[in-house]
Amino acid sequence: MRDVAIIGIGMTRFGELWESSIRDLCVEAALACFNDAGIDRLDSITIGSMSSGLFTGQEHLASLVPDYLGRRNVPAVRVESACASGGQAVRTAFLEVASGMSDVVLAIGVEKMTDVSGGEATYALATAADQDYEAFHGVTFPGLYAMMARAHMERFGTTRDQLAQVAVKNHENGSHNPHAQFPFTVTRKQVINSVMIADPLTLLDCSPITDGAAAVLVAPAEMARELQRGPLTVITGIGHATDTISIAHRADLLHLDAIELASSRALGMAGKSIEDIDFAEVHDCFTIAEILVLESMGVVPAGQGGPATLDGLTALDGDFPVNPSGGLKSKGHPVGATGVAQICEAVTQLRGAAGDRQIPNARIALTQNMGGSGGSSVVHIVEAR
Amino acid sequence: MVGIVGYGTQIPRYRIRVEDIASVWGADAPSYKRGLNLNEKSVPGPDEDTATLSVNAARNALLRAGIDPQLIGAVYVGSESHPYAVKPTGTIVSEALGACPRVHTADLEFACKAGTEGLFIALHEVQSGVITHALAIGADTSQGAPGDALEYSAAAGAAAFIVGSEDLIAELLTTDVYMTDTADFWRREHTPYPEHGGRFTGVPAYFRHVTGAAKAIMDRAEMAPEDFDYCIFHQPNGKFPVQVARKLGFTEEQWAPGLLSPTLGNTYSGSSPMGLAATLDVANPGAHILLVSYGSGAGSDAFIFRTTERLTDVRDRAPHTRTQLDEYRVHIPYGTYAKFRRKILKAE
Amino acid sequence: MQVPRFWREIPRYYRLEAAACVQCDALHFPPRKICPSCGANAFETVRLSGRGALTTFTIIRTPPSGFTDQAPYAVGIVELDEGVRLMAQITDCDVDTLKTGDRMIAKFRRIREEGRTGVIMYGYKFVPDVGV
Repeated sequence: MRDVAIIGIGMTRFGELWESSIRDLCVEAALACFNDAGIDRLDSITIGSMSSGLFTGQEHLASLVPDYLGRRNVPAVRVESACASGGQAVRTAFLEVASGMSDVVLAIGVEKMTDVSGGEATYALATAADQDYEAFHGVTFPGLYAMMARAHMERFGTTRDQLAQVAVKNHENGSHNPHAQFPFTVTRKQVINSVMIADPLTLLDCSPITDGAAAVLVAPAEMARELQRGPLTVITGIGHATDTISIAHRADLLHLDAIELASSRALGMAGKSIEDIDFAEVHDCFTIAEILVLESMGVVPAGQGGPATLDGLTALDGDFPVNPSGGLKSKGHPVGATGVAQICEAVTQLRGAAGDRQIPNARIALTQNMGGSGGSSVVHIVEAR
Repeated sequence: MVGIVGYGTQIPRYRIRVEDIASVWGADAPSYKRGLNLNEKSVPGPDEDTATLSVNAARNALLRAGIDPQLIGAVYVGSESHPYAVKPTGTIVSEALGACPRVHTADLEFACKAGTEGLFIALHEVQSGVITHALAIGADTSQGAPGDALEYSAAAGAAAFIVGSEDLIAELLTTDVYMTDTADFWRREHTPYPEHGGRFTGVPAYFRHVTGAAKAIMDRAEMAPEDFDYCIFHQPNGKFPVQVARKLGFTEEQWAPGLLSPTLGNTYSGSSPMGLAATLDVANPGAHILLVSYGSGAGSDAFIFRTTERLTDVRDRAPHTRTQLDEYRVHIPYGTYAKFRRKILKAE
Repeated sequence: MQVPRFWREIPRYYRLEAAACVQCDALHFPPRKICPSCGANAFETVRLSGRGALTTFTIIRTPPSGFTDQAPYAVGIVELDEGVRLMAQITDCDVDTLKTGDRMIAKFRRIREEGRTGVIMYGYKFVPDVGV
């Protein structure tokens, strides 16, 4: 396998982008990415979108996207793994380059969620769950994570304040991110007092409904060396794993096996351990999710995610900064775009271009993207060389 | 020989008091309570209907019958509030119990006597020998128009009876009927609430048919009121069944165990069947029971049963009717009641 | 949900039919064609008891379409006495006094309907097991 580098990144702002259709979002992110890369060549496209069909009625992005990128005849494929679709798009692009099948591949993640009503969006998101044995009963995604939150609070004594701190930290970071949907700070009290969505999770515990797209261009590291002026950013590890789709079937409701396996496989491939990681972008679809991910990846022991967050371990100036971009919570969560946007943040940090949210001496990043309630997860290790 | 092998009921958890309905409409609660001998009625939850009450009652009947559901050769569900105008409730019940596919299934309607109608057909069908077991259910979640007298009594509940010719808990001695075309209470298609003839629903309707059927069956069986241990009459309120019982010569000791309406309301097709179930919960073996239903439109089905030794062996296998009525209850205010009964609908 | 998709699930929704692996005895709900424990593909049908304890739950206050007039309602995971876990609504209860560990019993209830004119979908919900 060849070494694979990221030679360009680009994204739209994340938010309620009424003027932009799904194809507009893809084009905007891709243009920004090509401008950043400074090259024109494109061999192949991978597209991550959870459900363009349910949100916009549009399938066959594999034809629409190359068409509207002005790249008629370029091969493209859409990959799907619910909220991990973006990470899968990057992984698929990596595989094409690493195998030698293609040289320059564009991975785009996109979701256009605001054309449908809130109830329809909730329904579409719930298609990531077991339709016949979870969604059939009227459970929503906040509901699934809320059940995990309650169990976590009962088993480990995790508190409402600790959960809320995840949102506070991520908003603090996101307030320095020009692409963020909600670039403002919040207090723990505001989080706890916001409207209850599914006990015990409130509105501010939950990532929002967002439009947006993000794109990365990958190429063999050799080609990148010849092209690039700045530091080389290389994908050195990828890990991917699945778990039961239904949370009732998990071996341990509070341990995300898919995340543990995906991260250990990625770290193993990169020849690194979790202690070597300088910062991580993780999938905080809900505050409790960030805590479960930290514990499942072994960043902290089981049950310690809450106290560690409250103590500042994962703050920008902490020992293990998490979600410097603002995470899904503050930056927004256009579902299919998220996994790609995490890579964009990783590269931005590794280049030293993150402005007020820059992590000093950032050399090795971990991005963790997951689908649904943890039924799938893909982890990337990105390093500056 | 034919009779009841198992029985079961299901009463929803919710109740609303007469005074909580009266206060909304500015009516005089004490006079409703006195006049109708009603204190409160059952209210089905938003996720309950005739089909769900029927299934849950039938499952209790199966617990007492102790038979393989595949032995059930017929299922009859009598109601005036079937969930669909066209699509049988009976097949939902047959599937839920595991009686499909070799089970004759039909939905019945005859105002409040659709339950006993099913029982009548089931008993005689088993008697004919064409099937070994049948299930008859009377279940309703009927409504009264807001502010109308019927709103105080229209309640929800189900009673299910599995009949057969072996392992009986109550043997059927005989049946009789009394029918005429009398429009005392009706509901036209596509209308949500029934209309009724006010005082016309009394003497020419309820009393004429109940008395007619009771006298006919006692004649046929050569029995008099004092030969019975218990009597159950259709219970549209707490007044009528007591009045007709007294008129026919029965005593309070005979009607009290089966009189549920003062705290249950009128469960329509479930009414006299539930009274029978409550009576079976307390009757000793060898007891003679008279059951006379009434359905507006109009008619009465009458049955005489005699309980067996097996009754006391099995009756504790499922919840007793009075236990559900007295212990499984939560009172709700009129607003919640109106929402549960879809008298008001959330704007979409 | 389309009628054929609902209809196909009736043995599970109406009768709680699970699959017991003939090779390793593992019990699965919903039934499987491949046993995730031992890989075998022969099973026997088992009707679950419907009795168990609540292991976790939430109260849905922002429902999805199809459930908008039901909020708030409780959804939880019940572990049946046979060891099988399943998710369902918890009904006939005061949602604010539910507790993890409460004993539950399954009942046949309406789950959802396709508007005022569409099919009614029935299935299992749990109620607190208070002996009635």
